[in-house]
Amino acid sequence: MATMNLITAIIKPQKLDDVKDALSAKGIHGMTVSEASGFGRQGGHTEVYRGAEVTVRFVPKVRVEILVAATDAAGAIDAIVKAAGTGSIGDGKVWSIPVEEVVRVRTGERGIPAL
Amino acid sequence: MSEVVLNTGDTAWMLMSCALVLLMTPGLALFYGGMVRAKGVLNMMMMSFISMGIVSILWVLYGYSMAFGKDLGSGLLGDPLEMFGLSAQIAPDSFFGTIPTSVFVAFQAMFAVLTVALVSGAIADRAKFGGWILFVIIWSTLVYFPVAHWVFDFDSGESDPGGWIANQLKAIDFAGGTAVHINAGIAALAAALVLGKRSGFGREGFKPHNLTLVMIGAGLLWFGWFGFNAGSAVASNATAGVTFLNTFVATGAAMLGWLFVERVRDGRPTSLGAASGVVAGLVAITPSCSSVNPLGAVALGAIAGALCALAVGLKYKFGYDDSLDVVGVHLVGGLAGSILVGVFATSDAPAGVNGLLFGGGFDQLNRQVIASFAVLAYSFIVTYLIAKIVDKTVGFRVSPEAEAKGIDLSEHAESAYELGGTRGGAF
Repeated sequence: MATMNLITAIIKPQKLDDVKDALSAKGIHGMTVSEASGFGRQGGHTEVYRGAEVTVRFVPKVRVEILVAATDAAGAIDAIVKAAGTGSIGDGKVWSIPVEEVVRVRTGERGIPAL
Repeated sequence: MSEVVLNTGDTAWMLMSCALVLLMTPGLALFYGGMVRAKGVLNMMMMSFISMGIVSILWVLYGYSMAFGKDLGSGLLGDPLEMFGLSAQIAPDSFFGTIPTSVFVAFQAMFAVLTVALVSGAIADRAKFGGWILFVIIWSTLVYFPVAHWVFDFDSGESDPGGWIANQLKAIDFAGGTAVHINAGIAALAAALVLGKRSGFGREGFKPHNLTLVMIGAGLLWFGWFGFNAGSAVASNATAGVTFLNTFVATGAAMLGWLFVERVRDGRPTSLGAASGVVAGLVAITPSCSSVNPLGAVALGAIAGALCALAVGLKYKFGYDDSLDVVGVHLVGGLAGSILVGVFATSDAPAGVNGLLFGGGFDQLNRQVIASFAVLAYSFIVTYLIAKIVDKTVGFRVSPEAEAKGIDLSEHAESAYELGGTRGGAF
């Protein structure tokens, strides 16, 4: 039984700071952030260049990944959902999966101490 | 006739105009470069840059002579050998009007460089670079130099009758609405037809990769265009002043005209529309800046800006891939500006001719229409043949694989941007 979780959140870029602050308040001090693009129900948007419509199917998003102890996962997810929400379409998704092993590269620590 | 005297004011202004007009070609490279996808920007800019290398040499060898040499008959072509190598033109007592001949030679060289570069916008992302080089050489020789002779070689008052449009037809084309813009615009259509569409044309939108480059390019074109138009006075005088002012106000009005169409049709005024409207206005005021008053320039600019904004959609309707709208902007803008001379011309302006609105009747309008369509027909036919010849010999189009990979990589072994990630930056 894994004791750790990987939480991945796809959020609106302008909500990144709010999410970071909310996680810090929960005592979670590490995260990996990458630029992502995609679409969900809102299905992209349309731009116009010299009168020609260009459908931009993939909307810019930010992907946040954090590793947490399994006991902290539910609280972290709640914090992300609360901080990332605007109530409008395209707010994103959050999911969590169990993680078997985590190693801190510098010290070789394993498991919860490596978080 | 009085002794020709060098005028230092005229000479200083014309030297500066030469540099201004040269800057238009790198400006065009930015304007076009920003509009293509990131994988084709270097090739797009190189198609303009290479013209500064090739055409300058042609100009020294025989280009100036074909355009401004003694007419071979009927006003169609100058003698290519008369001034071959330009050695007599650098003599200290060789004058063109009140400026050294060498300055006029350099000034006109910049026009030749720019005109063929304009054509490249129609064939973005798919032309073999070697094919383009061959096209630049043949097209300048068989299309630009003769047409420049028709339009720009005025009767020297002696045994040389000069070009037919300038001297016999007496159409007004102050700085090249016919010779430069109608010419390049219709040539662009012919080249686009021979090369065919980019893969994906009509199915996917081709989004401009950097609109800030486009706006910088449009700004540099506007700046350089003061040399193009006001420099065409070949003097530092009232004509230069009027053409300078008209070039400014017509361009502003054209930008508004384009944006107005976008606001009504698409809902939003765009930065690409503003940049395109600027160029459309510059094109339209090029032939007409000496023959209209400032209000006429504003009207003409606004009409041209709106017309060109509507014309850029034609390629989707008719299915030709004029990638960066050389037809919609330069052909349509060039036709509008050249023909509207016959409507808005007023004898108050330096050209001293009245158009339709000022009681001049249809006389000047007819001359303008004939000049426009003569250049259009000649350029289209000859360009189509040249492009076909290039395509059948060295090849004009890259392979579908090369096009998919990106023409910067396939033709130049370069990529424009290293913005981090595993392909560059820290790795």
